[in-house]
Amino acid sequence: MMFGGLSEKLQTAVSKMSGQSSLTEENIKDALRDVRLALLEADVNFLLVKEVVEQIRQKAVGVALEKGVQPAQKLFSLVHEQLVELLGGEQPTPFQLSSGRQHKILMVGLQGSGKTTTAGKLARYFKDLKPTLVAADIYRPAAISQLATVAKQAGADFYQAGQKDPVEIAREGLAKAKESNSRLVILDTAGRLQIDEDLMNELIRVKAAFEPDHILMVLDSMTGQEAIKVAQAFDEKLNITGVILSKADGDARGGAALSVSKVTKKPILFLGIGEKLDGLELFSAQRVASRILGMGDVVGLVEKASEVMDESTAKKMQRKMGSGEFNLEDFLEQMQMIKKMGPMGDLLKMIPGVGQMIGEEQLGGVEQEMKRTVAIISSMTPHERQDPSILNGSRKRRVAQGSGTNAQQINHLLRQFEQMKQAMKQMKKAGFFKPANLLKGKLPFGM
Amino acid sequence: MVFSLFKKKSTRLADQIEKESESVSVDTQSILNPVTESKEESLYDRLKRGLSRTSGGLVASLRGVFGQGAGHEEILEEIEAILIQADLGVKTTQRLLDQVRPLVETNQIRDSTALIEKLRELIQKQMSLHVSPLKLNEKPFSVVLIAGINGVGKTTTTAKIGNLLQATGKKCMFAACDTFRAGAVEQLGIWGERLNIPVITGSEGQDPASVAFEAMKKAQKEDIDVLLIDTAGRLHTQKNLMEELGKIQRVIQKNMPAAPHEIFLVLDSITGQNAVHQARMFHEMLKLTGLVMTKLDGTAKGGVVFGIQEELGLPIRFVGVGEKFTDLQPFDPQSYSQALFEEN
Repeated sequence: MMFGGLSEKLQTAVSKMSGQSSLTEENIKDALRDVRLALLEADVNFLLVKEVVEQIRQKAVGVALEKGVQPAQKLFSLVHEQLVELLGGEQPTPFQLSSGRQHKILMVGLQGSGKTTTAGKLARYFKDLKPTLVAADIYRPAAISQLATVAKQAGADFYQAGQKDPVEIAREGLAKAKESNSRLVILDTAGRLQIDEDLMNELIRVKAAFEPDHILMVLDSMTGQEAIKVAQAFDEKLNITGVILSKADGDARGGAALSVSKVTKKPILFLGIGEKLDGLELFSAQRVASRILGMGDVVGLVEKASEVMDESTAKKMQRKMGSGEFNLEDFLEQMQMIKKMGPMGDLLKMIPGVGQMIGEEQLGGVEQEMKRTVAIISSMTPHERQDPSILNGSRKRRVAQGSGTNAQQINHLLRQFEQMKQAMKQMKKAGFFKPANLLKGKLPFGM
Repeated sequence: MVFSLFKKKSTRLADQIEKESESVSVDTQSILNPVTESKEESLYDRLKRGLSRTSGGLVASLRGVFGQGAGHEEILEEIEAILIQADLGVKTTQRLLDQVRPLVETNQIRDSTALIEKLRELIQKQMSLHVSPLKLNEKPFSVVLIAGINGVGKTTTTAKIGNLLQATGKKCMFAACDTFRAGAVEQLGIWGERLNIPVITGSEGQDPASVAFEAMKKAQKEDIDVLLIDTAGRLHTQKNLMEELGKIQRVIQKNMPAAPHEIFLVLDSITGQNAVHQARMFHEMLKLTGLVMTKLDGTAKGGVVFGIQEELGLPIRFVGVGEKFTDLQPFDPQSYSQALFEEN
């Protein structure tokens, strides 16, 4: 909660500007200072921040304000646009590997950046290519057996040759992959400091022997100001072809992404999410730009929602919410879907502004309340769920016993539900349930 | 000078340990060089070399600050740039700037040497506020819990601390409670073998709290001085995994109410401002007793740790300066701040 979202800060900084017809040097001065702070707090490299703020200033000055558009909104969207552009824009085509030929990927990065896990994720992502994972981290104890396990989990072939020269391991791994007709060879290397000349030279030799099609650098999303130097050094020595940002499921704002894009001009291909091998998502400049600015992750939220809710269910829900037919049965269904989307805290954090507003403890409280609500509704008869008004004293006692709650908690839920229905009616009037609005992130949460 | 600094630092750990128990004699020499590496540079040198890789740039930039005709504002802006690039963060940088601003504006600081000295002094002063003795002489034995997010170097740090303590004559035991990451248990096992320290392991996927429980029992039976418990990496935002850490702690406490005596959060020096969130969340769950900064042999300076200290008042216990098990040293504010501003 230390870092309020930039959008809120700008709101106050730029509110003085209302009534003006365009953005001027004078009226964006304070707001630009906030932009600068937000970028620094997100770990965007200091020198880059200077540059970006200057770019935004130049773009903003003189921009006319359309009627009804707040100056804050305008400047904010300019900042966002600029970041998206710096992050390489939206990838026209996502990272793909054709199935007709063999591909070779060399994984590189600092110690602890997540190379081995990411190698496993890539193997799983491209499992149709019958990938082979080759272990060339000969330094860290048990690194080889870690990759062996990861390969097994990913359903990939695995090759290791103990602690011998990684150059030889690379060659042998290739030969082995050829034998088994594997069309994707991923070479996992040891983590190394970009300033460790011996180990960087080792990578250069490995590259020469392995002749990779892709050299992917794995970078921790939480990396600070040094990201720029690390990326630059790896790129200069190896001419990397792309970047994968790991540990992106944390709450890091990920300013390092901006630094890396800027100095290497190489695309960020994926975001690593979680430790499980299916946690690899295509990079989205929009999403990462929003995160850097502390805007939450609306795109991610909609994606998650669409995973658990098909279109017809979503439409049915919308219709019910809009018509006032929404009953406890629907409420229960909705909540179970939300539960499928993951921990409540993670979801709420994806909503712009909410992550900053609610503390961890409160998030835990929400989770608890959801559990309780599910328990209460589950203890009701179908008839009661459709028409909670029939819940009299003795029915409530039964429900309380069944759900391990008390009458007060049940009353509380019923009151909330009533308020929610009222709110839905009003939202309907405001055109909230149009699909277009839903996609803008105004997903009704029902709570 | 380097030597004298290093000596000062090493006696300090001895102080720390001796304060706790006078009966245990500490061989200062062995802390200074736990496994003899006579030909190799000292740990302090290595830390200094690591830090100076960028501090070369840092000091060079500071030298450039007092260029001809530079106004006070420009000078202060330049200092701000330097500190932020060392990952100190906006808030901490601002606080340090506020302290040097009046001195620059009144010309009390007129050259870069004075400026560097002032900054070094401020940093050292703040870090010295949070030095406290390590509790490693508890009876029947001390328990050290090691936590952190993924990839910061917990397992390596566990091994290194084991080595350091063993060199001071302490009998150590490792508990490999990272039953999640493939290869983690084996990794600590290999370290145990190399260092001749027994390792209590569970099977992959086993409840880590139950491994900790077994380790507590084992350590009680055997004559162990320090039990070092390595845990799985977890992001501070993963509520369930953070709860799991709390459970490990409770299991330990059930066995020995005063334990764990030391609870370290391991931080990767390259981490930016997110480290503050990490420290906050881990502290909330575990009530940390100290921080360990790893990978200080790279170009990162780990400046974020200042902000963390300021907010949570936690001491830095050790710094990691390489991959070998001897590459760990007790943290000392003086040599750290000195090394931070040392010129090549």
